Formats: sequence, C-alpha cells, structure tokens
Amino acid sequence: MAESSGERSEARWLPRAEFQRLIDALRDSGHRVLGPTLREGALVLDDVASVDALPVGWRDEQAPGRYRLAESGGDELFGIVLGPGGLKALTFAPREPLLQIEMDAGGFRAEALLPDAERLAILGVRACDLAALAVQDRIFLRDRFPDPSYAARRARLFLVAVGCTRSVDTCFCASMGTGPEPREGYDLALTELEGGFTVRAGSEAGRALLASLMLLEAPARIPERESAAYAACAAGMRRSLPREEVHDLLFANLDHPRWDDVAARCLSCGNCTMVCPTCFCHDVRDEPSLDLASSLRVREWDSCFNREHAQVHGLNFRPHIRDRYRQWLVHKLAGWIDQFETSGCVGCGRCITWCPVGIDLTEEVAAIAVPPGLGPT
Amino acid sequence: MSAPVSPLLPEPAEILEKRSFGSDLYAYRLRLIDPAARPRFDFQPGQFNMVYVPGVGEVAISISSDPDDEDLEHTIRIVGRVTRVIEGLGPGSVLGLRGPYGNGWPLQQARFKDVLVVTGGLGCAPVSGAIDYMFRRRASFGRITILHGVKKPADLVHRSRFEAWRRESDARVLLTSDQPDRAWRDRTGVVTELFEEVEFDPARTVVLMCGPEVMMRYAIKILRARGLADDRIHLSLERNMKCAVGWCGHCQLGPEFVCKDGPIFPLRRVARYLEVHGL
Repeated sequence: MAESSGERSEARWLPRAEFQRLIDALRDSGHRVLGPTLREGALVLDDVASVDALPVGWRDEQAPGRYRLAESGGDELFGIVLGPGGLKALTFAPREPLLQIEMDAGGFRAEALLPDAERLAILGVRACDLAALAVQDRIFLRDRFPDPSYAARRARLFLVAVGCTRSVDTCFCASMGTGPEPREGYDLALTELEGGFTVRAGSEAGRALLASLMLLEAPARIPERESAAYAACAAGMRRSLPREEVHDLLFANLDHPRWDDVAARCLSCGNCTMVCPTCFCHDVRDEPSLDLASSLRVREWDSCFNREHAQVHGLNFRPHIRDRYRQWLVHKLAGWIDQFETSGCVGCGRCITWCPVGIDLTEEVAAIAVPPGLGPT
Repeated sequence: MSAPVSPLLPEPAEILEKRSFGSDLYAYRLRLIDPAARPRFDFQPGQFNMVYVPGVGEVAISISSDPDDEDLEHTIRIVGRVTRVIEGLGPGSVLGLRGPYGNGWPLQQARFKDVLVVTGGLGCAPVSGAIDYMFRRRASFGRITILHGVKKPADLVHRSRFEAWRRESDARVLLTSDQPDRAWRDRTGVVTELFEEVEFDPARTVVLMCGPEVMMRYAIKILRARGLADDRIHLSLERNMKCAVGWCGHCQLGPEFVCKDGPIFPLRRVARYLEVHGL
C-alpha cells in the first residue's frame, strides 16, 4: 500500500552523476561498502568501490522456479529487485562458531566467541529485507535470551535502503504491509528516480552521513513522482496473502487435503528455507580437534525440511514431506504470530522463485481457503 | 549496545556418583565445580538442563533430584551418540551443564489436591522427581495415585522406586504390562485400562502425565469422559532440542516452543495440536 506523500519527511536530492559521493562517504566513515553486484550471471552482495561495480542497466525477471537477469537498456543502478540472498547471512551467519572448548584431564573450559565486528554499509537494501531484519531481531535480540553473536553482527550494519519502484512477478510485499517503500529500520533510504535519488535519514548515523554529503533539497515535483512510483509498484503486484485471516485459516485446516497435494510436488530440498530472509532454524554441534584437546561449538543453518529436524531417538515427529511442508508454512504464516507477534513472511517471494518445482505459498494458502470437497485442489 | 552474555556456555560439573538401574538407565549425581554457580541452577521439578559432553555434544535431560538438594541429579537413558559417551563416564568425570530450562510441574496448583500420575513406557524420569518431591512434603498433598504401564516386564526399570512409593501413606501404585511374562505379578494390559480401578474426584484431582503421545491421547479421552477439565491435566512433552533457548527451531509443536513454553503444558494449551498427526 502506498503512503501519501504527506507522511514522508523532506528529502534531499542526490543526482545520479554524484552517486559515487555516497559510496565514498560510506567508506570514509569507516565502513566496508557492500552492494548488489553481478557474478557469473547471478546477483550477489559484494564489495562496491565504485558505481561501476553495481549492476547498471540490469533487471531481474522472476517467476515460480525461474530467475533470469537481462539488460534493460537503461542506466538504473538498482534495477534488479532481489537476488537470492538478503541480509540474513550478515547477521545470522550460515556458520557461526559460538564456543571454544578446551579439554584437559580435569575437565574443560568454555569460552564464548564473538564474530569480528567489521563495520559494513549495505547499499540497496529492499523494504522486504528491512522488515525481515526486524523479524529476526525479535527472535535473536528481543526474546528471552538475546544472542551475543547476532547482536555483534547486527550492531555493525549501516543500511542504505532503496525503495522498489518496480516489482517482479513473485513479489507480494504490499499485501504483507512491508513494502515496496522502506518505512523504518534504515539509516538512509533512497528512491531511484529519473536523474537521481531522493535521500532520507532514519537514524542518528544516517543523519550525520547525510549532512556530510551537503545535498540540496529535492525539487518540489519529486515527492509526487515518488508517490506515484510506489503506488504503481504496489498496484502491479498480482500475488497476495490474506494477512489478517491466514493465522486462523491455517490452524483451522491442519488436516486439509491440500497438504497431501503440495507434498506430492515438494522435493523437501529446503531451498525455500535457505533463501527465506526470516527462517532461523539451525543446528549446533561440536567440531573437535583430532587430538580431542579442544572443540568448537558451531551453529549452522538447518531446515525444517530436513528429515532429521524433528528426530529424537527412535522417533520422528515429522516423518513425511506433508508434515514438514505444513510445519514450514503454518509456522511461517501463523505460529510465528503467536511466538513473535509478527508474521514470519515479509512477501519477498524468494521461496516461490527459488523453489525448483515452483511451489507458490500464496497459491497454497488460497487452495487451503477453499473448504475440503469444494472446488479443485 | 553492550554484548549480552552467551546463554550457551556450559558450567563444568563433576560426576560424584553413578547408579545403574539396568536397561541402559543410569542416575548421575553431579556437583558444580564452581559452587558460586549453584544458585543459577535452582529449579522446579519438571525442568531440564542441557547436559554437555565436551567435544561430543549436548542433550536435554530432566532434573531428577530434589530442588532442596545441593547436588543435581540426572537420570539418563543411553539411546544416542551423546548418551553413549556419557555411559562410559563415572565418578570424577566432568560434564557441562546449562539450565534450568522450561517450566516445572504445577505443584502449586496441586497442593492439597489429589494427584494422579500417569506414565508409560520407559519415560517416567521427568515426573519421578516430582513424585519424590510430593512424598517428601507429604502433608501438602492429598492422595497420590501412580499408574505406570510398560510393554515388557524388563522395561520396568527402577521397580524399587515404585515399591517405595507404594509404601507411602495414602498412596496407590498400579503397574501393568501388556506383554507380561510368567513372573509378572502386577496387572496385565495397557496403562489406560488401569483407570477402571481408580476412583478420583475430578474437582479435586490434578493429573501429571508423561510418556508416549499415543498413550497420552488415550488417557486424555478417558480422563475427559470422567469429568476432568483440560486445565487439570498436565503433560510433559518431548521434542528434538538443540539450544533450549528458543533459537534453533526444532522443538516446535504448533505455535509452542517445547523448550521454553514447556516442556510441561496444561492440556488446554496443546490438545488441538496433539490430535494432529505429524505436527
């Protein structure tokens, strides 16, 4: 849903030709600058020393089970809406050593490890990924036990959001209330328009950096153009989820025949959980040295689609793909709300794009909304 | 922001005593090497610790000692990779502990009420500490009835404990096996059949239940039919646990994290999820 332009604070204007100044200012304020870059035909977050490192004039096409990059003929810096990876790996690392254990004859000593806190500035963060970060904050920072590793990684981020003025086929952030315009959780927020960018600050650090750029106010006609661009982007999304109803709908349909239907298609590969910016399941295990003198306790991403996820000795609570797909979807869209007072879905659509068989959760929810026995499943 | 202290750090504890009950079941009495850490380990019966074997891994194990004891006791069944290593340890060995996690049995709610304990299979460790707790404070609880079912007589580990409970005042202990041998002198059948022999007043009875979920499902049907309200029936549930602090995601049942919302739930809270297979 687009906001009216009246809700936005006044913006500064960064001409397209001066974008390098922003990169330089981020670097000069002590950050390693990361942003979207192209590598072997894929979008990856990597070092951006200059504007040329950004995917200038490229766009993405996404559809269920399909991702392609193509040149647009334009000169937009942030024409690609989303790559497979969001911010998650920067805060909740795919592999994180948590404890160093030293063993000796008398026992052991355990020491907590913290990641090196390198200051990172991330260019081009989308509204859905900001929302996802806020979701993960609730799990790792605001719940009963705050996680020091996540906290250390989280504290070092400077986030430069870029609102989406274009969506891809798999986007549905508008229905989840998370986009396409970034509303909170950023240090700077940009809108890419013809000829340049609006820039707003959303934090003390952002205000300081913005002040150092000494930009002029955005021209009077710009806010209108911004509003129109966001409204058009939101209106162009053809996928949606019934955000208010989905919690009760799913918990009331735990035995709906659609679970069998989707289980027949799902490969249980876990791709959806790996690209999901909010999925937080992980395993913790020991990696002992060969001489057993020491050991690392290491956290690694896990997936509820793995067979062992609900395995205890002699018993698997979720032995079938049907059980595991249902666990993922019901948790993501419903259980999460009970647990963390937010949906686990931000509408980025990555799980649809990166599913090798193109399973679309919005379609699955729509099918579950049809009472069993009525209509095709 | 200042970095929070890692809740995952295990505290070294020395094994003081190891008792075997047969059938791969052992009780380990543990003492924290740093006595100053002991207050952090104050617990309620029904709560659990994560027990760590350095270089091997962690397992979630309920605490079976009395909360007033200085030492902590864990009754551990040897079933997997980590517990097999624990089986090889004895007095003098050092394990790691962190906890306690989860909630305890509702022993406040049960005060001055009759208590019906229903357990099945090999899994009565989470409730045995609570039974001892009540008998040690005998005047605070009404009649205590214990129904315990096993498949084979050999599965009845710790028979002496049941015999000791049987000798307590105003206590009744009924044991049953559904595959008895000739030496078996208790009841024959499954644990739910024992309800036929038991009288209770649904208005002043609290039920503590622990065991296979299929057993609990049948027991719930009978208890409900006999007028027990769902908030008087309490279940200890088991799920895969890697962190015990609500991060790792493995132990979920519907919207509940068994590690931090449980492991003990009033039936009212989980009844609808227990009825769904594969949740």
